[in-house]
Amino acid sequence: MAKTQKVSFKLNGKPVEATVEARELLIYTLREKLAHTGPHIGCETSHCGACTVDLDGMSVKSCTVLTVQCEGAELTTIEGMEQGGALHALQQAFHEEHGLQCGYCTPGMITRAYRLLKENPNPSEQDIRKGIAGNLCRCTGYQNIVKAVQSAAKKLAAAR
Amino acid sequence: MSQTAELKEREQKLQGMGTSLLRKEDARFIRGQGSYVADIKMPGMLFGAIVRSPYAHARIKGIDKAKALACPGVVAVLTAADLKPVKLDWMPTVGGDVQAVLADQKVHFQYQDVAMVLATDRAAAYDGVALVEVDYEELPAIVDPKKALLKDAPVLREDIVDKKDLTHGPRTHPNHIFTWEAGDKAAADAAFKNAPITVREEILNPRVHPCPLETCGCVASFNKATGYLTLYVTTQIPHLFRTVLAMLSGIAESKIRVVGGDIGGGFGNKVPVYPGYVVATVASIVTGVPVKWIESRIDNISTTGFARDYHGVGELAADKDGRIKGLRFTALADHGAFNSHVSATKFPAGLFSICTGSYAIPNTYCRVDAVFTNKAPGGVAYRCSLRVTEAIYLIERMMDVLAQKVGVDKAEIRRRNFVKAEQFPYTTGFGWTLDSGNYHAALDKVLKAVDYEGLRREQAAKRADPKSPTLMGIGISTFTEIVGAGPTKVCDILGVGLFDSCEIRVHPTGGVIARLGTMTQGQGHSTTYAQIIATELGLPASDIVVEEGDTDKAPYGAGTWGSRSTPVSGAATAVAARKIKDKAKKIAAHLLEVAEGDLEWEIDRFKVKGNPSQFKTMKELCLVSHTGNLPAGMEQGLNAVAYYDPPNLTFPFGAYLCVVDIDKFTGEVKVRRFYALDDCGTRINPMIIDGQVHGGLTEAFAVAMGQQLPFDESGNHLGNSLMDYFLPTAVETPAWETDHTVTPCPHHPLGAKGVAESPHVGGIPCFSNAVIDAFAHLGVTHMDMPHSAYRVWQKCNALGLNKR
Repeated sequence: MAKTQKVSFKLNGKPVEATVEARELLIYTLREKLAHTGPHIGCETSHCGACTVDLDGMSVKSCTVLTVQCEGAELTTIEGMEQGGALHALQQAFHEEHGLQCGYCTPGMITRAYRLLKENPNPSEQDIRKGIAGNLCRCTGYQNIVKAVQSAAKKLAAAR
Repeated sequence: MSQTAELKEREQKLQGMGTSLLRKEDARFIRGQGSYVADIKMPGMLFGAIVRSPYAHARIKGIDKAKALACPGVVAVLTAADLKPVKLDWMPTVGGDVQAVLADQKVHFQYQDVAMVLATDRAAAYDGVALVEVDYEELPAIVDPKKALLKDAPVLREDIVDKKDLTHGPRTHPNHIFTWEAGDKAAADAAFKNAPITVREEILNPRVHPCPLETCGCVASFNKATGYLTLYVTTQIPHLFRTVLAMLSGIAESKIRVVGGDIGGGFGNKVPVYPGYVVATVASIVTGVPVKWIESRIDNISTTGFARDYHGVGELAADKDGRIKGLRFTALADHGAFNSHVSATKFPAGLFSICTGSYAIPNTYCRVDAVFTNKAPGGVAYRCSLRVTEAIYLIERMMDVLAQKVGVDKAEIRRRNFVKAEQFPYTTGFGWTLDSGNYHAALDKVLKAVDYEGLRREQAAKRADPKSPTLMGIGISTFTEIVGAGPTKVCDILGVGLFDSCEIRVHPTGGVIARLGTMTQGQGHSTTYAQIIATELGLPASDIVVEEGDTDKAPYGAGTWGSRSTPVSGAATAVAARKIKDKAKKIAAHLLEVAEGDLEWEIDRFKVKGNPSQFKTMKELCLVSHTGNLPAGMEQGLNAVAYYDPPNLTFPFGAYLCVVDIDKFTGEVKVRRFYALDDCGTRINPMIIDGQVHGGLTEAFAVAMGQQLPFDESGNHLGNSLMDYFLPTAVETPAWETDHTVTPCPHHPLGAKGVAESPHVGGIPCFSNAVIDAFAHLGVTHMDMPHSAYRVWQKCNALGLNKR
């Protein structure tokens, strides 16, 4: 067995610990060791974004981050979006605007949109299209995803 | 409350057909709680990874497992030699051929499966893969299908060199698979001889890949104590898959359970039975523990279910006004290394003979010659019915070519040749009976919506202005699809007819569970089927649960592909619901002490005619059906199952229009506008239909503008990661405008036709026609897709358009 080490970080607000080989990618630690199967694997080359998670306030593709890089980090995944039993505005909007079909890209897409709206709370359609360009969807043609992000942005603004 | 308001409220409560009910399946997906195959973890589970060939054509001289077996975590390495004793080193294909499960003595395409390494975890399995030493002797490869039948071409399939026939007629060369033809060649030839106008064009549908976001994979779990095999697998056809597994393994079909689970997109890629599934199954049977195998993206693009690779020649003969008098379409089909093309037994070239499209064309002939090459096998229908995109691409391109030759507008050439509304049902020269349609109305609606005349005026002005930095193209596609396979008298796979099924159980308090033989991959079946039942039974869609994909639970069906779910299983759902409704009516008549004929149905209840205060709601009848207060001799319960064998396929159609602006200096194509009118008959959930159209158009855009699997002369794959293979992002994907007409299908119980593949089939020629139309005034009649900026720039450059 190759050498392993312990890594500790916060996952959706809770401290967690994992023992990993240095080569282990974050997506595998999340999915196989920490039972967070929301983020998916679509390419393992950073192109599709199905594995997108939020790492210290940045959207990252967890298929190209080593778990050992996450020591002390704060991570948010799709599983951390629902707060106190209430869906995040983006989750609700994806449902209401039919912004998903097979659901495979959805966790990464919502997690990316979550950061996008933190960076730019009032994005134009073009801002949204550019902002989610790192997340591929094969089903929806993006039109309803864009509508969902716009709708969530409005609801979040109204709640502020 | 007024009576109308009360009726409306009751109807709205049902959320039945015609309403844009939000999807039931979303709740788990937006929370990251979908259950895909890769999410499954079982105690003691081993992970399988596949050793793949670096060569497209080579002899295997030896395989040394020793180093891999010494690798920590590696449990076993399986090769063809290990599969031989259980007779699973080769497997039969649906195309009448055999396919190597693991390469036996020879590899026939790059990345072909050679061995599977089993290890206690994923990383160890891949460590093992790197340590399996395979000794290859490289052989000359055939990459270009046009060279496959040359006299001195290398023989690819030595294992079947003596087979004169692969179930589809005589073979004329060791690399020849079949020649299939339809229509009347003599009549077509005569029409061409006598016609004042003929056109001919070579038109390629290049090799592409459906590339769903989730790759293929499975978890095979064989229980040695009970002899039961459970396979969790990314499949669009769980029941047929179980039948194939029973045929291959010899395990009784009753002891095999196939579970589809949540599927991350299919688009045809998840129809075939791949070697990885078979090896993982054998591995679980041998080891007695669950075995998981999940493809990488490169595995997926390189080895599983490609599409197209049809090298076509289109010919039309017409009178001087462009009225078509004859059609000859042929295609050379590159089937790769094994004939595992997905097709119904009687249709080796799929439904290619739908190639007369929306037009009334006499004297038709078509032929497809299929050949072996050193490329991956397993051609699937990428978001279309079998070979329909290939056929419709040809006819829709050729209509433009003909318009240019005759010198008439591209909308007008279509009008002159459409099957007229009053001609339906219309039987084509190839024998398909188009059941319904209204093509003129659909096209006219689109042309009006986009101000077609205005667009043509703008284009003429641009063409007249040499200083214009852009070219403007207008593409039209007026397609007819053929979906909903299909009638068992003509459609079967491995002898199993392509009917489908629905079983409905109504519980005492009005909750309903429905189980079907189809398999959703994102199409929203849980919602659509529930809406059908809601309307048919007058019970709210919110209380109707739909289950698919678990062969232990659902009745037998042929799965979801070829837009067959609504045409076939949607029909089965209506038929099953109507059986239940008939029984409920008998109970209502018994309770109200009237004859059945005295009752009428109203939204959610049976009423006594002329006495509206006397009624029984469906909800009441659900409970009564579980009591002893029933008509004499009637059994308890409100359950039904229906197996639906469609009398015909369905023929959804549409009229699409695309406007592009092309930068003369960079070749970049900008889609200014895309207007898509679809007629899928009765519309069950308009929101879901629009979503399907958006997705299909985006996949059409991908194919037309950028997708192609490239190979070098040695058969090396040059584009098998998402670095190279074009999947559009939100930035380049155009905005879609959708519209519809409704021409119900006369033979479907609900009048529905299916929709999700129309935008792919109709969209691809629309994009191509738009790009080529931009160059039409310069005498250009055809450009092969994909229309990448580089290729379009090459055309601009060749024509000298990029000179300042």
